Amino acid sequence: MTVTLFIPCFVDLLYPQVGMAMVRILERLGHRVVCPESPACCGQPAFNTGYWDESRAVAAKVVDQLKSAEVVVIASGSCGAMMKVFYPDLFAGTPLEATARAVASRCFEFSQFLVDRLGVTDLGARFPHKVTYHDGCHSLREMHIHAAPRKLMASVRDLELIEMRQPVCCGFGGTFSAKFPMISTAMGEVKCDAALETKAEYIVSSDSSCLMHLQGLIDRRKLPLKTIHLAEILAAS
Amino acid sequence: MNTAAKQFVRDATRLSADLRHRGLIQTALGKYEVKRDEMKARFHDWERARQLAADTKWEAINHLDQYLDQFVRQLEARGTKVHWASSARQARDLIRGILAARGARTVVKSKAMTAEEIHLNEDLERAGFTVVESDLGEFIVQLRQEPPYHIVFPAMHLTRGEIKDTFEARLHDAPSDTPEELTMVARRVLRQKYVEADAGITGANFAVAETGMISITENEGNARLTAALPTTMITLLGIEKIVPRLEDLALLLPLLSVAGAGQLLSGYNTLYGGPRQPGEPDGPEEYHVVLLDNGRTAYLADAEQRDALHCIRCGACLNVCPIFRNVGGHTYGTTYSGPIGSVITPNLRGLPDWKHLSYASSLCGACTETCPVKIDLAHHLLQNRRNASRVKPSWWQKLAFKLFAPVANSQFLWRWLVTKGGRVGWVFHRLVLGTRFDPAYAWTRTRDLPPIAPQTFREWWRARQNGSAEAGNGGNAAKP
Ligand code: SF4
Repeated sequence: MTVTLFIPCFVDLLYPQVGMAMVRILERLGHRVVCPESPACCGQPAFNTGYWDESRAVAAKVVDQLKSAEVVVIASGSCGAMMKVFYPDLFAGTPLEATARAVASRCFEFSQFLVDRLGVTDLGARFPHKVTYHDGCHSLREMHIHAAPRKLMASVRDLELIEMRQPVCCGFGGTFSAKFPMISTAMGEVKCDAALETKAEYIVSSDSSCLMHLQGLIDRRKLPLKTIHLAEILAAS
Repeated sequence: MNTAAKQFVRDATRLSADLRHRGLIQTALGKYEVKRDEMKARFHDWERARQLAADTKWEAINHLDQYLDQFVRQLEARGTKVHWASSARQARDLIRGILAARGARTVVKSKAMTAEEIHLNEDLERAGFTVVESDLGEFIVQLRQEPPYHIVFPAMHLTRGEIKDTFEARLHDAPSDTPEELTMVARRVLRQKYVEADAGITGANFAVAETGMISITENEGNARLTAALPTTMITLLGIEKIVPRLEDLALLLPLLSVAGAGQLLSGYNTLYGGPRQPGEPDGPEEYHVVLLDNGRTAYLADAEQRDALHCIRCGACLNVCPIFRNVGGHTYGTTYSGPIGSVITPNLRGLPDWKHLSYASSLCGACTETCPVKIDLAHHLLQNRRNASRVKPSWWQKLAFKLFAPVANSQFLWRWLVTKGGRVGWVFHRLVLGTRFDPAYAWTRTRDLPPIAPQTFREWWRARQNGSAEAGNGGNAAKP
């Protein structure tokens, strides 16, 4: 099938290798990948800050670009939640409501797409490391994705997954991390402590934005941890 | 920033860096989490139970007029005097009036967040009454002249040592810091107060419309003594406490205890139906019920957030909230803290002054996931933000988002302004990175920031579409 891959701003600018890994995996599975070059954002920053009209100015373009897509794969659980869960709210009562709902129904987060839509769990990858998995809150609680990434990791050769005690937020929260940096940092510290407790080498996640926050803290504090996106592991062989 | 927001930021900054505080709360709630999960597992289907509870509260709230009417008629039939208070002030005046008419001087109270909400203690003390809190946690914070830290565990921020010091300073009696001995001290003091008290004031967990009864859940038996010993009993409750049927308690009582305290059922669950009836050996001579509105009917009119009135004040959303756990209960500066407080306070006390609470959230949704009556807390925070920026937009944020839209929407601007411009900007940014002059100081003070990748995804994609060889892996990854 033709898969429309939505690459959000921070993956584009800061973590391009995540998008590249997704393209390679999807092509390896025999699908045609298309990537709309614009817009580069799903509109979530304005939406979460309360500026819904401004958010709609970006989101309307996304909806327009994706309206004829067969399926949309989003390279972030958080942007996925925005498009799948919040677009219907954002466009409620506007002429785009029906289109937004139709697009939302065809949206998948990457791991969710592989496992739930394609039924693929084994990509033949090998990753000889101890890892722990961070559920991005939007993936977990808005998209209800829990099993998919774990099924994918279970098929990665030599990968050992050690779960953290509780699924807690990493403290990123978009503009929250800059509006309330002290709370955000404290939350990140709690998360890093939980990851360190597992003695894993890597924190794996399906959300690059969470990983950016955690890696930022890890680098600053020189913690014995690394972060990596699940797609990068799956593309490795 | 207004005063409330300034105070919040100041206290949040201090406490989120306070590792002792963080450890204390983590330990206290760590035990709760274990017990809660154990008890949840005893339910046949916890999720179904939540849905059923949400449906029950939905029914009550969406037919509040009928159920309140039924509740009041039943209560009055057994001789209870029912009063309606539309505001906090009216409730205070009513209660003071009842006490004065009974010639009361000393009042003993069991735990009631509605009393905190209307600042009853301060008011009664100012009027010359002696007020004694009988719940152990409330008793401790009252001695310290502090507001409760948490709606269910008022003194959870204190160590045994601190409680011992408080008892020593205020009661001159603290043989040791063992919980048993400290409890015995409190018990001795309180038993005396029960005997002396002229009136008892309680809150309520549920108000049963069908039978006209108040349901109170507690672990110490103090509410029972508060209700039974003095000759006058007053119950202050919000109008949203209504449940339609007595049998609803069969679900709601365990749900409240499990979600709130990790107990299958709390120690004492008592129903109060009125004053002493002819031939009964005990109970108050007079029973007054004060039904408090204080903004609740206005909330009822808000179809989007009406479900916030389902709240049974179990405190579960506070317990799982990573914001609450890092900044603590007092930082909010409100009666109701944590997610439920951040949802309702801006609506009850004014968006302009309290909207910061709705912004002080990563929107992680742990609250929504845990709430036993399924209040859509995280989404209500988003709606509050939307409403706040409609009422009083911040011009610079509005402008920034307005300017961002065409940039994000245009291939050309994204490539030149953000990608290439960002790389040039980085050269200068590096010079001030992590210093006070850094425009991204809020982030870089505690966290590193990755630079824009040498080849962005869109650059790679374009190169690939144009047929050039597959480009490299040039990102910011930690390479395995
Ligand atoms: S909002 Fe829900 S979880 Fe929070 S106190 Fe109320 S009932 Fe409990």
